[in-house]
Amino acid sequence: MAERIPRVPVREQDPKVRAHNFEEVCYGYNLEEATTEATRCLHCKNPRCVASCPVGIKIPEFIAKVKEGDIAGAAAIIAEDSSLPAVCGRVCPQESQCEGSCILGVKGEPIAIGKLERFVADHTAASEPAKAAGKATCGGKKVAVIGSGPAGLACASDLAKAGYDVTIFEALHKAGGVLEYGIPEFRLPKDTVLKREIQAVKDLGVKIETDVIIGRTVTIDSLIDEEGYEAVFVGTGAGLPKFMGIPGENLNGVFSANEFLTRNNLMKAFREDYLTPIHAGKKCCVVGGGNVAMDAARTALRLGADTTIIYRRTEVELPARKEEVHHAKEEGIEFNMLTNPVEILGDEKGWVRAVRCIRMELGEPDESGRRSPVPVPCSEFEIPTETVIMALGTAPNPLIVNTTSGLEATRRGGISADGEGRTTREGIFAGGDAVTGAATVILAMGAGRKAAKAIDEYLKTK
Amino acid sequence: MFKIITREMLTPNICKMVVEAPRIAKAALPGQFLIVRSDEKGERIPLTISDYDREAGTVTIVTQLIGASSAAIIAKEEGEFFSDVVGPLGNPSAFVHESEEELKCRRYIFIAGGVGTAPVYPQAKWLHDRGVAVDVIIGARNKDLFIYTDEIGSACDNLYLCTDDGSAGFHGVGTACLEKLVAEGKQYTHAVAIGPMIMMKFATLTCKKLGIPEDVSLNMLMVDGTGMCGACRVTVAGKTRFACVDGPEFNGYDVDFDEAMRRLGQYKSEEEEAMNKIGR
Ligand SMILES: Cc1cc2nc3c(=O)[nH]c(=O)nc-3n(C[C@H](O)[C@H](O)[C@H](O)COP(=O)(O)OP(=O)(O)OC[C@H]3O[C@@H](n4cnc5c(N)ncnc54)[C@H](O)[C@@H]3O)c2cc1C
Ligand SMILES: Cc1cc2nc3c(=O)[nH]c(=O)nc-3n(C[C@H](O)[C@H](O)[C@H](O)COP(=O)(O)OP(=O)(O)OC[C@H]3O[C@@H](n4cnc5c(N)ncnc54)[C@H](O)[C@@H]3O)c2cc1C
Ligand code: SF4
Ligand code: SF4
Ligand code: FES
Repeated sequence: MAERIPRVPVREQDPKVRAHNFEEVCYGYNLEEATTEATRCLHCKNPRCVASCPVGIKIPEFIAKVKEGDIAGAAAIIAEDSSLPAVCGRVCPQESQCEGSCILGVKGEPIAIGKLERFVADHTAASEPAKAAGKATCGGKKVAVIGSGPAGLACASDLAKAGYDVTIFEALHKAGGVLEYGIPEFRLPKDTVLKREIQAVKDLGVKIETDVIIGRTVTIDSLIDEEGYEAVFVGTGAGLPKFMGIPGENLNGVFSANEFLTRNNLMKAFREDYLTPIHAGKKCCVVGGGNVAMDAARTALRLGADTTIIYRRTEVELPARKEEVHHAKEEGIEFNMLTNPVEILGDEKGWVRAVRCIRMELGEPDESGRRSPVPVPCSEFEIPTETVIMALGTAPNPLIVNTTSGLEATRRGGISADGEGRTTREGIFAGGDAVTGAATVILAMGAGRKAAKAIDEYLKTK
Repeated sequence: MFKIITREMLTPNICKMVVEAPRIAKAALPGQFLIVRSDEKGERIPLTISDYDREAGTVTIVTQLIGASSAAIIAKEEGEFFSDVVGPLGNPSAFVHESEEELKCRRYIFIAGGVGTAPVYPQAKWLHDRGVAVDVIIGARNKDLFIYTDEIGSACDNLYLCTDDGSAGFHGVGTACLEKLVAEGKQYTHAVAIGPMIMMKFATLTCKKLGIPEDVSLNMLMVDGTGMCGACRVTVAGKTRFACVDGPEFNGYDVDFDEAMRRLGQYKSEEEEAMNKIGR
């Protein structure tokens, strides 16, 4: 029986060493490891793993190719459903998606689907240049894609492959969205992995215009009326940081995770030769329990701060990927569970000196079945700290909705769109975090691809 | 890449540049700013749009030498390029959206300090072109530090210069000059103060005393300028606002200036290190 071969462990940088550098934590499989891991797959007839991948990658088929050593063949299979395999293999929450449903996980360890996907992407990247764009079957109609995160990149790729003349407009000076400014180097190397995947999109003929804020520099209406775009995809993400609204939040030394991560990732503040400053202090507290909190905490750690995570529920409820929590612990991040900040205290100069917290306990399950945390009376205490990073989630930016006629928002501030990305205005489509609120890379990518299909149909019948 | 068409030093440490940025020039309105990144390793630096020429496709920036990143901007020569210029950011001045009817009976007084003088120009010009009454007070430490006097002189009804040392114009700060004008019988319905934070704080106190509604333009620390990071947080009327998207102009009466000044100093020690890094 195949289960008898244990899951092939993946090589990682020593936690003691990596706590002081920004190099990638996980080294990934080599050819031998990958083929061994591939032999464990049962190639199920009704693969549960595929049903749990939001884009339905043909997992048993690509793993079969890996087993045969036909890595290019595996890459071709993955490419049918995913345009960012090197990214998703690294950052998907596999434990709650593909691997979480793998039949082998019932009795033992699931197949390392993410690690195999990543291996295939990394292995083929060097050898195989991107395929040329499918030839213009649509008279090169112009489509504008707003935002260069996973949703925008995926939508643009599919449209370019279908022969459209696609331009991505990006507000920042670099393309990639959260992949560039949010997720750190040590999880997703920028100059190697991300740059390569973005180059692949450009090689399809997609133009990327950075430094253009749609709604400010130019509006969607003028893209359509004056610049001749016949359809628009909005993939502007959910970039607005939330704060708690507690006293002391505007003290010096309190940052949103977005500010902290943007300084470090997009602006490369961790590098001596870049000018943007960053301040982690000697002691840092990070509030939150998602991927963003883990990334902020592990970044602060690498910048030399003794770092604590403050989370109001327990470890079971932590929404971050399991692997990140595990890595964070190995690296020496302290976890303060069932704890919630009530005030940030400052010194006489207006800098943070401590966070006042209250202990929490889990109450009765609510309608959603989740036990919500309630404060324990008289349990307040202080955690001395120099900096506080708020990683409480993000919301969509209202700029596009406010500056585009006929585009409606949902009650939660996202752009209102159906399952195929059609918004309330004909010719304008939307997907990813901009519609759903903060979610995942793969869901954003899936939404971008669905919208590309809907755009193609729309432009063919227009 | 954004080409620098002209470059001129207005004082030993204030530099005016006209930059090719057709999309921004087309969309810019008074009160808005842009963000410049001099090159790959530079910071994203917010600068007010001091003028724009829609036909030529250019915008004008006026930069004061403060630290490493403004130095990198000023160091560029005519014909060279900035790697990034993005904008226009922030909301245009409130009056841009008001009708001529509403503006007709207004009397504006601008109080400009230091490098904040340049951003006053597009605002005064906009109002002056529409026949609105505009007076401008420009303050500087001494007579050699004035900038934009010719431009602003041609875009207002009365221009008053003041120097701290009395080397030209009114001897004293801009707020004292405003009090004197009002004492002499001048009447203003609206004031706009742009300059160092401390000057805007005092301008606000004076306007309050004189009962003139006043707007200020807050130059908070910024990273993205699009509402994504919250670095530019400022408390206005007891609520946290993001200066880049909710401002940069706010009702001065409502601004917590002490907090704003404190937040501006947040990277002081890091900045000194940066200056050492580039060996200045
Ligand atoms: C720190 C962090 C860690 C994360 N970790 C994971 C993880 O491990 N696994 C996972 O699956 N997901 C993770 N996520 C979530 C995931 O990154 C997002 O769900 C995903 O990136 C959303 O993609 P998107 O294309 O919808 O938007 P984004 O990636 O947010 O991209 C939107 C882009 O649009 C641009 N834009 C916005 N407004 C405008 C405008 N008006 N004009 C022009 N451009 C504009 C933005 O600058 C941005 O580049 C993480 C998120 C963060 C912040
Ligand atoms: C909306 C807006 C419009 C602006 N318009 C102009 C303009 O038209 N012309 C101009 O010269 N400057 C303007 N500024 C200020 C300009 O952005 C800063 O002077 C610049 O960021 C300083 O960068 P630096 O690296 O040279 O100095 P740094 O090395 O960053 O800083 C040196 C010191 O200056 C302080 N400092 C940093 N940023 C600011 C700031 N924003 N204001 C005051 N002190 C600061 C720091 O605390 C530090 O101690 C504007 C700022 C904003 C937010
Ligand atoms: S894209 Fe994500 S969910 Fe789908 S197979 Fe790959 S790692 Fe699993
Ligand atoms: S469920 Fe697991 S064993 Fe079955 S095909 Fe998918 S990866 Fe292979
Ligand atoms: S500068 Fe980032 S939110 Fe204002």
